[in-house]
Amino acid sequence: MHLFLASLVAALLVFTDHAQAQLQIEITKGIDNPTPIAIVPFAWVGSGTSPDDVARIIDSDLARSGQFAPVSRRDMLSYPTTAAEIFFRDWRAIETDYVLIGRASPSGPGNISIDWELFDTVRQQQIAAGNVTGVAPELRMLAHRVADEIYEKLTGIPGAFATRLLYVSVTRNPGGKDFYRLTLADSDGARPIVLLESREPILAPSWSPDGDEVAYVSFETSRPAIYRQNLRTGAREQLTNFKGLNNSPVFSPDGNSMAMVLSKDGSPDIYLMNLTSKRLTRLTEHYAIDTEPTWMPDGKSLLFTSDRGGRPQIYRYELKTGAITRVTFEGRYNARARVAQDGRNVALVHQQGGAYHIAVFDLVTERLTVLTTTNLDESPSIAPNGSVVLYATKRGGKSILGAVAVDGGVSFNLPAREGDVQEPAWSPFMAH
Amino acid sequence: MNVLPVAGKFATLVFVSLFLVACSNTDTSEADAAAAEAAAAESAAAEAAAAEAAAAEAAAAQQALQEAADAVGTVFYFEFDSSALTDAARTAVDAHIAALLGNDASVRLEGHTDERGTREYNLALGERRANAVRDYMVANGVPSYRIESISYGEENPAAYGSGESNWQQNRRVELK
Repeated sequence: MHLFLASLVAALLVFTDHAQAQLQIEITKGIDNPTPIAIVPFAWVGSGTSPDDVARIIDSDLARSGQFAPVSRRDMLSYPTTAAEIFFRDWRAIETDYVLIGRASPSGPGNISIDWELFDTVRQQQIAAGNVTGVAPELRMLAHRVADEIYEKLTGIPGAFATRLLYVSVTRNPGGKDFYRLTLADSDGARPIVLLESREPILAPSWSPDGDEVAYVSFETSRPAIYRQNLRTGAREQLTNFKGLNNSPVFSPDGNSMAMVLSKDGSPDIYLMNLTSKRLTRLTEHYAIDTEPTWMPDGKSLLFTSDRGGRPQIYRYELKTGAITRVTFEGRYNARARVAQDGRNVALVHQQGGAYHIAVFDLVTERLTVLTTTNLDESPSIAPNGSVVLYATKRGGKSILGAVAVDGGVSFNLPAREGDVQEPAWSPFMAH
Repeated sequence: MNVLPVAGKFATLVFVSLFLVACSNTDTSEADAAAAEAAAAESAAAEAAAAEAAAAEAAAAQQALQEAADAVGTVFYFEFDSSALTDAARTAVDAHIAALLGNDASVRLEGHTDERGTREYNLALGERRANAVRDYMVANGVPSYRIESISYGEENPAAYGSGESNWQQNRRVELK
């Protein structure tokens, strides 16, 4: 008993170490008729027990998408782990459309392999099967990869569960200096890792296109500067240290250059830095504020925010010609654009009646759709599969992360247990 | 703030003028020289006393300006979505300009916004506010090399929480 208590205390200490940055998930709205699916506990074919509940991770992923209603384990009449053990009648009895079973096993030194099979209970047949293999500490990521494959099989859209989130968590310290942490977590908020801690602000985190690097602004020298940091090696490089603003670093889609905002020549303008030579090219030159650059996926143009027309609106800059055209006209305030990988949907902050909402602007139809109802929404970031916009909002005086489907159907919140969370940046698809 | 008092400069000037007086009296007769020396010493002493009094007066005046600047505070507030100095902010900045014109201090102007709108755009707005104070100071004679402006945007709020009562405390430039 004492030994049990001692190990419980040890476990709590480990957890509280990460508690401040740890995100929770609260689904606030799903679609009307989510697809019922049974995700049966996976078998562990090896000594001891599975280090993680793979089926539970897949279950949470699909539930969070809002498009699926996973069946409770209590309602399952059996826990089959092979095709031969499935009795379709039992699953039809609890009105389940699909059944997912699987087996995880150690595979070679330090690796784990997961086999999975998906069955259609109406057609009474296997409709998909697969295998994922990886190193044991990445078992959660393997489970997310299975969820990605199931999601794509059933919706036609690639899943984005095996991805990561970058965000800034802040512990407020009234009367003193706040505590900023640049944090990296799995897409479900699990396994947070603090990349940088500072008593000075950390801002504008963004990803390299291969997901190996991040860039951000840190005030750690008491002045803003742009840094890049390699997630594999931990290597960190200061890229700028100019007078005035050093802001909004965004890697180009080919990873060779970085757009950024500098005010060293007067007012804030967009610059391009060659990441090999570090040579700077000035892209915009206007006495107004030009800021918040973001790349079109083809790398041929950038969108940015400018108040050159009197109020902040989104403009487009063509790299080949230097031509600048205004993109948004609806409303008094449209800012901080992020473009989906389809090059069509643009998530942005839109002001309406004094409130700041997340909206999606369709570059083809030029239609703007407001997605959120909260008042202080900012920092939209689109999932790499284009399905969900993650953003920061306020609730009860605290900054939390919110997520909403681009089609407006599903929403969920990701508050931290403690402190504020802001400036989420959803990773690109990761190489396995 | 790094204040180098003007009184120090006066002391240097007094020393140099005494040296010049001593050098200019070498080719007269001994008696004349002694008399001149006595007179020079007398006038130098008078000059030194006058300079000392002037320096003390200047130091007192500067002290008064510094106290006036300290009394108005080091935070200047702005209207929503505006980087124009309000009348109150202008009066406060004037007091600091008066003190800065009499010393060698370097200052840092930190621009801030309230939480509304996007963080990166707010960094640019905060810079606009800090630069508005800087430009006003420069227009009134404070050399630009003595002023550094930095924007924190909506980071580092003075008042936590939402609503105009908090927001108006956060739309500010702080002089440090």
